[in-house]
Amino acid sequence: MHFHLTEEQTAIQDAVRGTLAGAWPIERLHAFADGDDDFDRTSWDALMALGLGGTLAPDSGMGLLDAALVCEVVGEAAAPGPLIGQLLAVAAAACSDNGAAKSHLETLASGEKVATLVHGGSAFVPCARAADFFLIVDREAGVRLVAAVDAAIEAVKAADRSRPVSKVAIPADAGETLFAASDPMTGRLADAALVLVAADALGGAQKVTDMSVAYAKEREQFGQPIGRFQALKHQLAHMALDVEPARALLWYAAYAWDAGLPDAPRAAAMAKAHLCDIYVRSTRAAVAAHGGIGYTWEYGLHYWFRRAAFDRAWLGSPAAHRARAAVLAGW
Amino acid sequence: MDLSYGEAAEVFRTEVRAFLSSRWPPAADLRGADLKAFIRTFRAQATDAGYLYRAIPKIYGGSEQSVDVIKAQVIREEFARARAPMEVGGNGMNMTVPTLLEKGSDEQKDLFIRKTVSGDYIWGQGYSEPGSGSDLASVRTKGELSPDGKKWIINGQKIWTSQGMQSTHMFMLVRTEPDAPKHDGITYLLIDLDQPGVTRRPIRQMTGEEGDHTFCEFFFDNAETPVSWQVGERGQGWYVSRTTLKHERASIGGADGLGRQFAKLVELAKEVGRIDDLIVRDKLAQIEGSVLSHRYTSYRLFSCAAAGEDPGPVALMMKLLLTEIGHEMALLAQDLIGEHGFLEPVGAGGRGNRGPRGPEKWLDQIMGSLGNSIAGGASNIQRNIVGERGLGLPRDLAMSGER
Ligand SMILES: Cc1cc2nc3c(=O)[nH]c(=O)nc-3n(C[C@H](O)[C@H](O)[C@H](O)COP(=O)(O)OP(=O)(O)OC[C@H]3O[C@@H](n4cnc5c(N)ncnc54)[C@H](O)[C@@H]3O)c2cc1C
Repeated sequence: MHFHLTEEQTAIQDAVRGTLAGAWPIERLHAFADGDDDFDRTSWDALMALGLGGTLAPDSGMGLLDAALVCEVVGEAAAPGPLIGQLLAVAAAACSDNGAAKSHLETLASGEKVATLVHGGSAFVPCARAADFFLIVDREAGVRLVAAVDAAIEAVKAADRSRPVSKVAIPADAGETLFAASDPMTGRLADAALVLVAADALGGAQKVTDMSVAYAKEREQFGQPIGRFQALKHQLAHMALDVEPARALLWYAAYAWDAGLPDAPRAAAMAKAHLCDIYVRSTRAAVAAHGGIGYTWEYGLHYWFRRAAFDRAWLGSPAAHRARAAVLAGW
Repeated sequence: MDLSYGEAAEVFRTEVRAFLSSRWPPAADLRGADLKAFIRTFRAQATDAGYLYRAIPKIYGGSEQSVDVIKAQVIREEFARARAPMEVGGNGMNMTVPTLLEKGSDEQKDLFIRKTVSGDYIWGQGYSEPGSGSDLASVRTKGELSPDGKKWIINGQKIWTSQGMQSTHMFMLVRTEPDAPKHDGITYLLIDLDQPGVTRRPIRQMTGEEGDHTFCEFFFDNAETPVSWQVGERGQGWYVSRTTLKHERASIGGADGLGRQFAKLVELAKEVGRIDDLIVRDKLAQIEGSVLSHRYTSYRLFSCAAAGEDPGPVALMMKLLLTEIGHEMALLAQDLIGEHGFLEPVGAGGRGNRGPRGPEKWLDQIMGSLGNSIAGGASNIQRNIVGERGLGLPRDLAMSGER
């Protein structure tokens, strides 16, 4: 029985955390948010230099749980870049029989070429202007890899400043088909995407909780740290009570996917719905816990708030995934 | 991650199964005293085989096994599958025995452990008083030494004692040093409840039950207990009461109960024809997110315990989490039963006449969820614990002695 992180997994998270602390300090997030870029090559390259691009390739010796641990830290740092699309594109190309797609494996795994995830039916695509490829995952239509040059990209002013979206139109017949809708890999890739977004949400929710706890220890009112006041202490306890147990829900979803368990699709839907709800709740609570400073642009809580709103709506709302989970349970 | 227990555990599982299939044939035809005697013999055999009372030395009636959380879990699972009785439950096994093993004298171990293990002694927890609940260290029930210094003379009142009507003995906190600081004037005593100075009165709970689950209040009027039944040093009772059972405590069993209850809630939604209601389905799935989080977190805690690693603050959250999920379920159940809630449930806990139980039986769970938010440390106190010990927030200045 082993249901907590191994030393190697903790080491992966530490390495990613350390790398992003160097390559993506909050000042860079501020500068990026005020600019007009989709992408930050420096932090992307630093992350990719860790060799994690191929985490989901079948022969990597790693799996969705490891990928989720990386996405968690990326979510914590509110780092830009389409990491989820990249990881899934490598998995998809590696598992498909499509030679043209396979020929991009190496440059995708190294991060040299950038792939972003397109949710079937969605007009908005994160990091579209910087991507070389679009990986379209659509439960109803299958999985395709499309060169970005084949798509029409229209810039919009995006709310999530850490991962700006563009409006994208992709011709129906463009690109390479990797899996048909009926292929089990299509569902698996769609499920994996849900787990990775849930991981991003977990990282963000933990981050804003930690920020609030730290602030409550340091900010003084009425001559004492505000964290001593029970009303606030209980709110913070509740944030922790939301996030900490949900971590295991995410782990289970990733583990079920890696082990190919029959409940993996349902576990992925539950994790996406649950963690994204928590992320929005925590960021709201975090802003309240900070008072006026939390409402400022400069302090930065809004980056996570915006990211929470994005994660929640992306790939389907909590309600949509709960409805799927209900059907999958046979209710 | 790997949720299997490993090969050694599966070999062990086979042994336990073989034992159970030879010693615990479905004892369907036994009734009353015969069944009781059979269970007693079975427990003794299971102890000899090393399956029950693993933390307890052989000289006190245990099987004295080394700590092995995986084995303990396999035993729980197989006994549950065979519906075979495990150890006797209650305060005695959960609290008295571990406390005595850690802090008791040889005489106390000798006198009490064997009889508790056999179920002959039933223990009430004498902590709460009318004026001392969350602020437990404020207990006022008085203990004074008799002139010859051989007995403690006890005067005062305890309240909310679960299983108080059945209890033969009580472990209690009494104030013996009125002038000492709050936490340093308390002594931990064991007392025989069958004596003239002890009066007990049942208190009817909001569920209306008057059976086993009812709690009691106790009045002590010059009740006595030998000084040799004092556990730990005089004045150190607060610290004795902090003694916890560490041995093989981790289990994933607690989560099973919640999972079963959730499954019943889904059944209820079907039974009352509301399962196709989109709001009900959404609410159910929302609650299930928390139920599963709790379940997988119990895997996490179990896994850490098996590996001897510290799971961190999440361990402090489980009681409150369980309470909150119980509330969520109760709330939905209350909606689902609708007008069935006009009926008083029958048949549970010895209440009313036995009869078929309809959806109104959920009132028991609904009210029970309220009990959970009080018993064993009220939810606000649990939030303090999560905030202060879990998150390291500064302690409330006024409170240094809550549960
Ligand atoms: C079903 C059941 C079984 C029980 N069994 C036993 C038993 O066997 N033995 C035993 O000794 N006791 C038992 N108890 C008693 C239980 O431990 C106490 O009821 C509990 O500790 C709360 O104490 P109280 O009732 O005095 O409430 P109080 O302490 O008066 O609390 C009332 C309210 O005030 C809040 N509150 C109190 N202090 C604070 C604070 N510092 N910060 C914020 N909020 C606060 C509480 O959260 C609660 O909401 C049982 C109780 C129940 C309901």
